[in-house]
Amino acid sequence: MLRRRLNRLFGRDERKVDSRTIYVGHRPCPTTEALIPPKFCDNRIVSSKYTVWNFLPKNLFEQFRRIANFYFLIIFLVQVIVDTPTSPVTSGLPLFFVITVTAIKQGYEDWLRHKADNEVNKYLVTVLEDGRRARKESEKIKVGDVVEVVEDETFPCDLILLQSSREDETCFVTTASLDGESNHKTHYTVPDTEKNLESLSATIECEQPQPDLYKFVGRMHIYRNDQEPAVRSLGPENLLLKGATLKNTQKIYGVAVYSGMETKMALNYQGKSQKRSAVEKSINAFLLVYLCILVSKALVCTTLKYVWQSRPGQDEPWYNQKTQKEKDTNLYLKMFTDFLSFMVLFNFIIPVSMYVTVEMQKFLGSFFISWDKDFFDPEIQEGALVNTSDLNEELGQVEYVFTDKTGTLTQNNMEFIECCIDGFQYKYADSGTELDGFCVTDGPVSMLQQKAGREKEELFLRALCLCHTVQVKEATGQGDGVGDGVENQVDGVMGLDGEMIHPADLRGFIASSPDEVALVKGAMKYGFKFLGMESKNMRVMNRNNDVETYELLHVLNFDPVRRRMSVIVRTKSGDTMLFCKGADSSIFPRVRQEEVDRIRMHVERNATEGYRTLCVAYKLLSSEEYDQADTGLREAKLALQDREEKLMAVYNQVETGMSLIGATAVEDRLQEEAAETMEALQGAGMKVWVLTGDKMETAKSTCYACRLFQRSTELLELTVRTLVDPERKREERLHELLLDYHKRAVQDAPPIKAGVTRSWSSANQDYGFIIDGATLSLVLNSSPDSNSSCYKSLFLQICQNCTTVLCCRMAPLQKAQIVKMVKNSKGSPITLSIGDGANDVSMILEAHVGIGIKGREGRQAVRNSDYAIPKLKHLKKLLLGHGHLYYVRIAHLVQYFFYKNLCFILPQFLYQFFCGYSQQPLYDAAYLTMYNICFTSMPILANSLLEQHICMEVLMDNAALYRDVAKNAMLRWGPFLYWTLLGVYQGLLFFFGVRFLFSNPALQDNGQVFGNWSYGTIVFTVLVFTVTLKLAMDTRHWTWINHFVIWGSLAFYMFFSFFWGGIIWPFLRQQRLYFVFANMLSSVSAWLIIILLILLSLLPEILLLVLRKPRGPHSRQKKPVVQSGEGETQSPRSSARPLLMRTFSDESNTIL
Amino acid sequence: MKEELETANRPDNTAFTQQRLPAWQPMLSAGIVIPGFVLIGLAFIGIGVALFIASQNITVLEKDYTGVEITSDCYKCSNPSDKNCTCKLDFSLSNLFEGPVFFYYGLSNYFQSQRSYGVSKDDYQLSGDLDYFKTPISACSPYQYDANQNPIVPCGSLANSMFNDTFKLYQIVNGTKKLVPFDGKGIAWWTDYNIKYRNPSVTPLKNAFNGTVKPPFWSKPAYELDTSDPSNNGFVNQDFLVWMRRAALPDFRKLYRRITEGDYASGLPAGNYSLEIGYNYPVLSFGGRKKVVFSNVSWMGGKNQFLGIAYLVVGSLCVVMSTVMLIVYAKFKFPEDD
Repeated sequence: MLRRRLNRLFGRDERKVDSRTIYVGHRPCPTTEALIPPKFCDNRIVSSKYTVWNFLPKNLFEQFRRIANFYFLIIFLVQVIVDTPTSPVTSGLPLFFVITVTAIKQGYEDWLRHKADNEVNKYLVTVLEDGRRARKESEKIKVGDVVEVVEDETFPCDLILLQSSREDETCFVTTASLDGESNHKTHYTVPDTEKNLESLSATIECEQPQPDLYKFVGRMHIYRNDQEPAVRSLGPENLLLKGATLKNTQKIYGVAVYSGMETKMALNYQGKSQKRSAVEKSINAFLLVYLCILVSKALVCTTLKYVWQSRPGQDEPWYNQKTQKEKDTNLYLKMFTDFLSFMVLFNFIIPVSMYVTVEMQKFLGSFFISWDKDFFDPEIQEGALVNTSDLNEELGQVEYVFTDKTGTLTQNNMEFIECCIDGFQYKYADSGTELDGFCVTDGPVSMLQQKAGREKEELFLRALCLCHTVQVKEATGQGDGVGDGVENQVDGVMGLDGEMIHPADLRGFIASSPDEVALVKGAMKYGFKFLGMESKNMRVMNRNNDVETYELLHVLNFDPVRRRMSVIVRTKSGDTMLFCKGADSSIFPRVRQEEVDRIRMHVERNATEGYRTLCVAYKLLSSEEYDQADTGLREAKLALQDREEKLMAVYNQVETGMSLIGATAVEDRLQEEAAETMEALQGAGMKVWVLTGDKMETAKSTCYACRLFQRSTELLELTVRTLVDPERKREERLHELLLDYHKRAVQDAPPIKAGVTRSWSSANQDYGFIIDGATLSLVLNSSPDSNSSCYKSLFLQICQNCTTVLCCRMAPLQKAQIVKMVKNSKGSPITLSIGDGANDVSMILEAHVGIGIKGREGRQAVRNSDYAIPKLKHLKKLLLGHGHLYYVRIAHLVQYFFYKNLCFILPQFLYQFFCGYSQQPLYDAAYLTMYNICFTSMPILANSLLEQHICMEVLMDNAALYRDVAKNAMLRWGPFLYWTLLGVYQGLLFFFGVRFLFSNPALQDNGQVFGNWSYGTIVFTVLVFTVTLKLAMDTRHWTWINHFVIWGSLAFYMFFSFFWGGIIWPFLRQQRLYFVFANMLSSVSAWLIIILLILLSLLPEILLLVLRKPRGPHSRQKKPVVQSGEGETQSPRSSARPLLMRTFSDESNTIL
Repeated sequence: MKEELETANRPDNTAFTQQRLPAWQPMLSAGIVIPGFVLIGLAFIGIGVALFIASQNITVLEKDYTGVEITSDCYKCSNPSDKNCTCKLDFSLSNLFEGPVFFYYGLSNYFQSQRSYGVSKDDYQLSGDLDYFKTPISACSPYQYDANQNPIVPCGSLANSMFNDTFKLYQIVNGTKKLVPFDGKGIAWWTDYNIKYRNPSVTPLKNAFNGTVKPPFWSKPAYELDTSDPSNNGFVNQDFLVWMRRAALPDFRKLYRRITEGDYASGLPAGNYSLEIGYNYPVLSFGGRKKVVFSNVSWMGGKNQFLGIAYLVVGSLCVVMSTVMLIVYAKFKFPEDD
């Protein structure tokens, strides 16, 4: 962090320059007068925080920045400096222990980072130096070096690809470790560079380092003998990123452009900002209360001490003369040190051990998530992953769930369902009644059972085969599975072969988007097989098993703004054709309108059925048109500035006047149990928001399928479509709609009772809200003169009153924006984001809890998440089961800790009234130290790890139980007050019970008397037994471990007391407890008072427990029955009905 | 190979990792709690009755002898400048004071529990370590060294302020005074005079104290506390040990003597008694009081009504609550099962 900030500070000068110039191979170039070797940072990656030298100070500094540690340090120092009742050891030892353990843990982690850094930095790479190949350590690479990388090696820094061993001047790269995409990406060498790298004289001008992995703009000047320097444009396709791996290519040469901490990988490496849970905030609030109690106790005692001493004879009785030093001390200084002494005496009320126990509980508790075999997915052979244990309890507090659609609610496993050619619908029939497997199932009513012309069919299928960026996985990479796959692929029957073994297997094709694979496979079903690329030629096998080749001239890449992609190919016969596919909204305006009408109906119906639809169009380019497009594209690609915009302009220019051939429908199946999971989440009182980049119709139907929208849900739509009003401006319309919806959803809705007891089943109208990205940005970023903040709050209020909100057409950043908005809204609700792709990372990082799904879209979401689960259905158990239990556990742990320390210290406070406010401890130092460490720590730790107040199955079956703990129910002031009063009651009881017993200190049958340490020991014994038995009473789930630690710590207390009092300890200055405990046990009265006080302090608890009882078992046993009854009636409907049938009836009516 | 992978990744299916350990899930139902409360209540009432009776049977005779009132004989001694003053305290017993009778002295408004007072002693010194005779720990200050820098043994405020009133009890039989024999043994904890406190192993004991001075308040040095019995002399003198065990509360009593010998083994017979007090200990300067207490003990120790009453109250509370619960449950219907 600091380093980055410093870099930013010092790097300001450098940043003023927009670009950097790199001399390839450090060779001066003819045009430049003199080679000024520019200074770039070295290629060392530093992810470690400490060095050997600064570890101790830096680590200590960071640890003591934590407020708790600092507090204990202060207490310790006070004990060292001031004459205090307890020795510094009592607080120093636990603090030392905590600091040491943390330091060791952090040191170990940093050592691992050092090791990883070294592995990278000391890795030997080959660098071309003056014509020789030299082995060098990776960290010594300088910008401008020409580096050789062989197959399966990772790139040591960001390189511009100069030369590849492949003939087609490309190389394949997998960026799995960068963004998680495991497909092979093709990168290209800079065109027309010399083969001889020794004599290559060139400079590269490129932008300053920036973190975007997919953006790079640069220019290469190549100087040949006395010729005008040739200029080549450089784009991301020329840049090999550090961390990516070379695949299917023997070796490449590249020149380093960014090194070390300036590589895109390093710039992308961000320590995740630490998330703090709401429970921690409660702890801090309680801590503040206890700190106040502590300070006021100390103040009261100090004041009373001086009031008391002012009475005659009390200040300095003859039997307790002051030392000369005490007499000389200034009165105010004395008061101050007295105050500090009292603070030290009572400081046990805020124990170090609570922090340790909470940390331990979280750390150990998180194992139960990764251990849970219900989270194990046999498909990917993995279970849940816990990236942070700080947020376990937050899982039980979620109020808003933000979910991605593709890959999260749906499987992102695309299947070609049907297509529409020229207005006729085709559906693939498995049985293959017709020879070509084509079968018309539907169409315009008038033309039923008709087919489009064969020519159109074939054009459509060719378009599917050509318009994509799919690669056929090369045979060399295939060593497993199908033994004869190699031959088959070469023979071009791979598809067939693959289909026979695994119809859904994607092994043969690699693409960045699963849609494309589905389309290519779909075309294959109809007889057109894509065989792969052969040096810029695309080979397609048609129905007659003839191989057609097309020269690929240009690929107009997909981007989310255009929402379409095109290819320009040249057929054997010399025709130049442009094939384009894309979203309906982006294709329809670019084709002839009469074609649109025939297809639009199909597209819309497909979309409402939940399919992803794409429209396919083509255009025959005349040679002039092509030449114009070609030069335009080349120029734009060379542009150093605004390349994106220029390219876009050319793209838009080329992709016009096309003719529509047809449309495709690809199904993205719902995740297993998606509907059940969503229902359970809503039943648990969470509001589910779907944030997706997909289009509204598709997203809406997914919402219906997931039962997020019900038939009775009234949809409030705020999209571009609804805003279209020819008469008025969009903003006016927006304002009007917002007010209208606000009236319906907020003002007219019956007021929701605050707190947890919302009646869910009441016949309130459910509202669903739909908004799209464009409208959202209008709402959030509307011009300052209009009342934007008013829009925002209106919008937020509407959303909060809707059960489900669907946000479609969202950019990743907008997703985070929405999460942030809800997070910061009134009451700061706990948010959870779940997603599987790189586009969900921003919202995963933004939400309180980020969940990653180990899906198909790579691992980036998983790496940035707090918890990762294999499937969406696991979310239910994670939240309703684990989350609920963790919350209850930690809440109980925190309350119990404060309680037990309050009734621990209260008697000590009360004793001050009986010892002349002299800071006399009531308990022995050993008891003071051991109370929190040994006697009472293990039972609560075991309880907070194992407790299941309601067993997991019931919690899962009964989603409504989640609401019992919603809004931090167990850590609000009410329960806190209850526990505090309990602690006060018990503390008073302990002290005064023994006080009255000691009105006659002759407690033994031999007439001997007990002294102050016996007094303290009796109180302490009652205390230890009471707090342990209180915990035993709270325990609903007694495993053998609970038995062991509860009875074990009581036994240990007895054993320890005997042992501690049974020996004259040579290292102790005062043998205070010698035989005190044994003598206590020989007194019948002591036994009787202990039993009496334990019972009396637990009595109110027992009473409450029993009197609360009549309602307890009923609700607990009845609820599941009721719920399962409901479930039975609902589940068959939801699971048995196919997705198709579950569409919104009104909409399907309109279509027919 | 694939199976291996699977076993490596698949979570252990044990009861512990799956949070399915067999567990006992106790439910405090009315069926258990109500009879339980009745039982506990009855047992407590039983114990309470026993305690109450035991406490009732204990006879206590308390006499203040501070001498605040002019009528008191000890009034003449209450002037602190008056040394070696003796006074008398007469009382009469109408019945036999059953034995064994324990004789306590009591002080009030005396803060033995003050921290600076309590730490002002040297346990190493008191366990007979001669090194600490020469250099007592600094906590003993201001009774660490005297004005001539001689170490004080035993050092510290606690030892220095040892109670030094002396008592002699006479029974007036036919006008003549008959000394009631006091037993000064067994008044301190056994472990104190056998293990915790020790005299230095130097004979005669006096030599060990060479170069040291007695605490300024003491009239005689530690090695002369009981010259008649070496096992009750020096640091293991039981009067000293009783004093050194600090009282918990500012009003306390400490055991002084037991009356277990001779004619008085079975108790003090009815009659007139005279307690002769060597009044040395000043308490009026800090508003304190001094008293003597004659008491016998039972199995529960000295007289203490509190414990018996508390047991009776809690016991009857339990019984009352169980009836309340019974009514509540009868009204709300018992849960059908368990």
